[in-house]
Amino acid sequence: MDYTVKLEVFEGPLDLLLHLVKKNELDIFNIPICQITSDYLNYIKLFRRLNLDFAGDFLVIASTLIHLKSRMLLPSIETVEEEEPEDFQLELATRLMEYQKFKEAASLLKEREALQKDIYGRLPAIPGDEDYTIEASLFDLLDAFQKLVFRPEKEVREIIQEDIKVEDRIREILNFLEDRKFVSFETIFSGQKTKRLLIVTFLALLELVRLKIVFARQARLFGEIRIYRAKRESVAQS
Amino acid sequence: MERQELKNIIECLLFFSDRPLSIDKIGKIVEIDNCDEIREAAEELKKEYEIRNTGLQVLNIAQGYQICTKSEFSSWLRKFYKSQTTFQLSLPALETLSIIAYRQPITRAEIERIRGVDASGVLGTLLGRKLIRIQGRKKALGRPILYGTTQEFLRHFGLKDLSEIPSLEEIKPQATG
Repeated sequence: MDYTVKLEVFEGPLDLLLHLVKKNELDIFNIPICQITSDYLNYIKLFRRLNLDFAGDFLVIASTLIHLKSRMLLPSIETVEEEEPEDFQLELATRLMEYQKFKEAASLLKEREALQKDIYGRLPAIPGDEDYTIEASLFDLLDAFQKLVFRPEKEVREIIQEDIKVEDRIREILNFLEDRKFVSFETIFSGQKTKRLLIVTFLALLELVRLKIVFARQARLFGEIRIYRAKRESVAQS
Repeated sequence: MERQELKNIIECLLFFSDRPLSIDKIGKIVEIDNCDEIREAAEELKKEYEIRNTGLQVLNIAQGYQICTKSEFSSWLRKFYKSQTTFQLSLPALETLSIIAYRQPITRAEIERIRGVDASGVLGTLLGRKLIRIQGRKKALGRPILYGTTQEFLRHFGLKDLSEIPSLEEIKPQATG
């Protein structure tokens, strides 16, 4: 029987390297390359033995280390064009320093998150017409569209090729919005039976959003999306 | 308008609102252009809540003000409203988010260069949570997408604004791994 072990101890090659440096109490700017290379490779062997998925990212640093090590072991011949091992070493040290800082910054954020998580604000009220205030992003629109497209069709029918242009759908949507304040995302697509019509409608909607003629709003994350016609003054405001 | 009246109106607005209200927004509602006047009133209200020592507090977060409960009463609220779950971010997400917070606007390649690992999955999660947003495209080869943090980012971490995160120079790496 196969057992798959998933350990997420190291966030990446730099994290592992930083761990090794700290474990052996080394100075980042003066890393003994020979020692760290063998330590690093031992870990990679361990990952393999534990059958851990490890990304190619780990190998890039491994090859850099091996390259550094070989350069240091070989007698130095005066070569002009090649970079000095010290340059690599310095670059690696700088990257480690930088990564270390962000790691620390992340733990500060984590502390703030923990402080904030027990503080509650008022819950969103049941949304009314006016309360659709969250801007729906392109991703929200795509998500909503995906749900529509992959909805199973109710019955098998004969295919009738209908030629409808994006411009026509744009006009239809605008007409629809003429005498009402908003239309829900679902409603816009409700009459569209074929995938082709759905796509044309979606393209029309995207174009209208892009031109800022309409805007898409939500009352809460992942909630229903409503399409509003932009008034001239509200275009200037937002 | 008297100061006390203004404070009472602000209190009502904060009580009613489900998100932080900016000074600007409050100003528009009460029809006062003087931002300082509103800010002073809001700060006074905040102090009064502190002195009164109730279960509520006025917070200055995400470039606005909000009335929130105090953390020591969270267990009672969770008992009352079970589905009110607050999510916590994973370590990769926090690392990526901190890089974006300090270096925004930043491209995916630049983030990956710092972390040394692929960032596409994490970026998707952060976008979905509205903690980051696409700020535009970099005028460089391939016009890569630039990412930046949002108001929701400030709210999630209880930050007043971006200046509240400590500068990278202030962060001292710790000896523990």
